[in-house]
Amino acid sequence: MTMADPTVTPANADAGEQSLARSVPLKRRHNRVHRQRLRAAWMFLIPMLVLLAAVAGWPLMRTIWFSFTDASFSDISTYSMIGFENYLVYDNGAWYGVLADPSWWRAVWNTLYFTVVSVGAETVLGLIIALTLNAQFRGRGLIRAATLIPWAIPTIVSAKMWGWMLHDQFGIINNLLMTLGIIAEPLNWTANSDLSMWAVIMVDVWKTTPFMALLTLAALQMLPSDCYEAAKVDGIHPVRVFFRVTLPLIYPALMVAIIFRVLDALRVFDVIYVLTSNSEDTMSMSVYARQQLVEFQDVGYGSAASTVLFLIIALLTISYLYLGRKQFGGDA
Amino acid sequence: MNRKRLRKLVGKTGFGLLLSAIMLFTVFPFYYAILTSFKSGSELFKVDYWITTFNLENYQSVLGQSSFVSSIWNSILVSTSAVAIAMGFGLTAAYALGRVHFRGRGTVLMIVLGVSMFPQVAVLSGLFEVIRAFDLYNDPLSLVFSYTIFTLPFTVWVLTTFMRQLPKELEEAAIVDGASPVVTLFKVFIPLMGPAMATTGLLAFIAAWNEFLFALTFTLTDDQRTVPVAIALITGGSQHELPWGHLMAASVVVTVPLVVLVLIFQRRIVSGLTAGAVKG
Repeated sequence: MTMADPTVTPANADAGEQSLARSVPLKRRHNRVHRQRLRAAWMFLIPMLVLLAAVAGWPLMRTIWFSFTDASFSDISTYSMIGFENYLVYDNGAWYGVLADPSWWRAVWNTLYFTVVSVGAETVLGLIIALTLNAQFRGRGLIRAATLIPWAIPTIVSAKMWGWMLHDQFGIINNLLMTLGIIAEPLNWTANSDLSMWAVIMVDVWKTTPFMALLTLAALQMLPSDCYEAAKVDGIHPVRVFFRVTLPLIYPALMVAIIFRVLDALRVFDVIYVLTSNSEDTMSMSVYARQQLVEFQDVGYGSAASTVLFLIIALLTISYLYLGRKQFGGDA
Repeated sequence: MNRKRLRKLVGKTGFGLLLSAIMLFTVFPFYYAILTSFKSGSELFKVDYWITTFNLENYQSVLGQSSFVSSIWNSILVSTSAVAIAMGFGLTAAYALGRVHFRGRGTVLMIVLGVSMFPQVAVLSGLFEVIRAFDLYNDPLSLVFSYTIFTLPFTVWVLTTFMRQLPKELEEAAIVDGASPVVTLFKVFIPLMGPAMATTGLLAFIAAWNEFLFALTFTLTDDQRTVPVAIALITGGSQHELPWGHLMAASVVVTVPLVVLVLIFQRRIVSGLTAGAVKG
């Protein structure tokens, strides 16, 4: 840390005869200030860390603990330890537990499918919207504001809105598709097992594409303009410029946005619960765990499912933190 | 020359079509919700693309329902308190993380980021036990407590990013003047953090306002619920009645304030989102 010119500050006015004589107390003062700041930093951090531990650390530990018990939702205080039985147990010639439940693996598959397809679609659409908004035209502010609307709407509300638009008898989407002659019969979007996952993905893409678009746009606007001018002078085709110049330059920012979205999509709950409730066809890991926990009142089993979900996400987060460590600028 | 002009025209038309498609894609569902909210009874059976009826019946019935009104109050109370708590704890922590170099800072930042990526369902049973122990089940206070799990890390993270951007000279002047860190924080930084705090607070407020899983699990009766749960659980008066007009009116009521806020603060929101994600 460099000190400001000491001669102009009142604190040092009395100490200023010779520069040699002055430097000793200044250094001591510097150390004292530094120690004081360190102490203050921890004083400021400890309340926040304690609160985080109370609201996240402790409940997480209790969830993991419960996953080894037979606790029930109606009476969570009496339970007995049953070891790994909630996870996997061999009994009377058959396997039981979360890891042996085909519904769980179906939920894992649904979640992964949902994550890959919706994040993929959001990235591509977001990129298209961002590139469009990056151009100069009248009314750009208006369109940029409009893209924020889906993001601001609560997930529950967007799921209900789309649920109505996708209604099998009176929905506008069936009406539109039939008017255009694309389909002959109205489709039951949210109940048909082939379509319901696509309905969920549609709603999620609508809701979160703006987030991707705005983050991508922010990255685009930080790009230097000189390489574009060079490309223009050389007469290189815009598509080629996009893949050779733009994409590599925004790639780091885009990756961060994608990882954020992936971690978010892996814990998806609201949109699926509201749009298709507890249907096996769309059930995600979070929906499965909550159903066991609350509806079937089986806290032990539900906690086991939650713990597996947590481990999956933790593994991904840790690898992301490890790979992206350089970016944080911390001194860990 | 003519070919060039033609190409330009095609390009312009294409771009215009693209813009219209983007507009339609983002705005239409919300527009359609507003359109539906003005319809009732058999009007709902007919698909309209334009607003033809303007009937406020649904709004009257939604706002006349005491449990829905109390759920709005619950949402306001819960979101505001959760944001206030996160701000109080987050500002001091962000000062420490953003302005002081100390060993372990990177570790603390990673803990904060790690918690913000927690799947909520993973703490559900543990939190439920805590809430039961404090006798807060079916009490909006349980939500104030549990929402801290996502508002606090988010606030700390974004405020730290903003805190780092402030010039170093300010702080040095304060140190030379002999100001303690507490004074420096309250007299130098907090007055400058106004816009950053507004952005962060608004984003955290929206996150709390929209939360569903905890609200669904930790409250039980209609008058204790928050708005998202109240909307998710709206059903028709009878099996054959379509509650969609009513439901869309409720959706519009809780969404319009958010949309207005977002449109007013759109520049700030974009900077807050990028501070939270890209620079992280």
